[in-house]
Amino acid sequence: MTLSAHDVMVPNRLAGVSLTLEAGTITAICGPNGAGKSTLLETLAGLISPHTGQVCLDAQSLTAMAPRARGRAIGYLPQAGEIAWDVPVRELVALGRMPHGDARPEPVDAALAALDLTDFASRRAQALSGGETVRVLLARVLAGEPQWILADEPLAALDLAHQLALLAYLRRAADSGTGVVLVLHDLALAMNHADRVVVLHGGRVAADGACEDALDHRVIERVWGVPARWLGEPGARALVAGPTASSR
Amino acid sequence: MTRPIRLLLAALAFALPLSLLAGRVWIDPSTTPNAALILAELRLPRSVLALLVGGGLGAAGAAMQGYLRNPLADPGLFGIAPGAALGAVAALWFGYSASQWTVPFFALIGAGGAMALLAAIAGRTGGIALFTLAGLMVASLAGALTALAISLAPNAFAMETVVMWLNGALTDRGWSEVWIAAPLVLAGVALLRAAGPALDALTLGEAVARSLGVQPSRLLWLLLGGVGLTVGAVTAVAGIIGFVGLIVPHLVRPLTDRRPSQLILPSALAGALLVLVADSVVRLLPLMTELRLGIALSLLGAPFFLWLLVKMRRGAL
Repeated sequence: MTLSAHDVMVPNRLAGVSLTLEAGTITAICGPNGAGKSTLLETLAGLISPHTGQVCLDAQSLTAMAPRARGRAIGYLPQAGEIAWDVPVRELVALGRMPHGDARPEPVDAALAALDLTDFASRRAQALSGGETVRVLLARVLAGEPQWILADEPLAALDLAHQLALLAYLRRAADSGTGVVLVLHDLALAMNHADRVVVLHGGRVAADGACEDALDHRVIERVWGVPARWLGEPGARALVAGPTASSR
Repeated sequence: MTRPIRLLLAALAFALPLSLLAGRVWIDPSTTPNAALILAELRLPRSVLALLVGGGLGAAGAAMQGYLRNPLADPGLFGIAPGAALGAVAALWFGYSASQWTVPFFALIGAGGAMALLAAIAGRTGGIALFTLAGLMVASLAGALTALAISLAPNAFAMETVVMWLNGALTDRGWSEVWIAAPLVLAGVALLRAAGPALDALTLGEAVARSLGVQPSRLLWLLLGGVGLTVGAVTAVAGIIGFVGLIVPHLVRPLTDRRPSQLILPSALAGALLVLVADSVVRLLPLMTELRLGIALSLLGAPFFLWLLVKMRRGAL
């Protein structure tokens, strides 16, 4: 199963992006501010119709899909998670069942458990911390049991333990066939946990491939404009960036 | 049936018989002459109309707050009530108020015009911000035209009729108003209820709602239709009655799990209760002329709104 963009153009955001994402893998989308990462994710989720080009789930164009069928296939988590009303956690997570039109409790329970939220089920949204809120919003995505999980910066508000737990969960999901696409600012997280990295720059794909290649220090210098050096072994990399990276 | 709905139905079952008996003259069914006639032809239609007016405004307010994700939203923001008022004022101004059907009919045309204008401006994209701004524009345009009609009134009597009508009331209403309002209000509440799941999804923002399969334009049409029918019909038969749609969802929200879908029906029932009680109270007040219901609810609603603002400033909302 694939999710693919074909020469996608969105005015002032994306200037012709083509890529094919494979289910069963974790893909990280990286790039400096304003590179078009969030726009690409929203386009892949079918929330932005590209000006030209198209996005396809397998062979079917997203714009031709019924909104609910698209919602069942693709779970989307935006960057700024807002919760307008002080709704109990469980009801928020259960919103993930909406495209299915059912209220089955099992996926909701599983999603709550996966994100360590079982004890929070009856708590209200406004009583949650920032990190807890992100986990609740992510649990909402998981409750929909989507074939694709598209998340914009899901790790930024999480503490180290919950970052690792979430990455482990996403890895298990990918191993069982789910396609995972994450917008990540933290290049070391992308390097160590993704199978593939797409680097965007000025609305175009600047690099795309295995982590070690796509996040090569030369790519980082070219795209981010800062000298950088990777330390450690593949799978356990740390990034040194800035003047200290070049002086040694 | 959820707990708040049972609670409110019980309160209505208690308040409705009382409101039938209450008034400038308390009716004792066993001694008052013509009690049955007074109840059936004067008090009962007025009470049923109060239920419809409050129910429609309460449901519209709950849906609007869910749609705009703002606890200070009011159905008046859509400009439908001012549109209906403009229609009614036009009928009064031109002296077409001979038949009891004319004024409500013109008011419904005004409400329909406001809805059509809103749909023409914002209907295709379904954007909430554009919709709100368009609503405010329609409201101020209708308000300006109404003010113009008042200032150009051909005589003092016409002006007084218009001004009196604008301050909504349920005096001198009968079954004909009930028959006009009932189907429209009930249809409107049904549309708003149908919008419930999409409003729940909107709790997580527009992008997430769309990713869950919500179609913004369909939601907008449901809201426009629901608010248009309820507020349009209510304004057509009772004039402008403010603040019910703002206050009621607040009072009901703590009784629910705060999902917008769970708020619509309880808000309709609570709105019905509020207007029924308020209309009974204005009948009982020992004044020379009866206090207009619209004025009474504004006197109640404006301080409530200020209290909400203060509460919101403290971050407690």
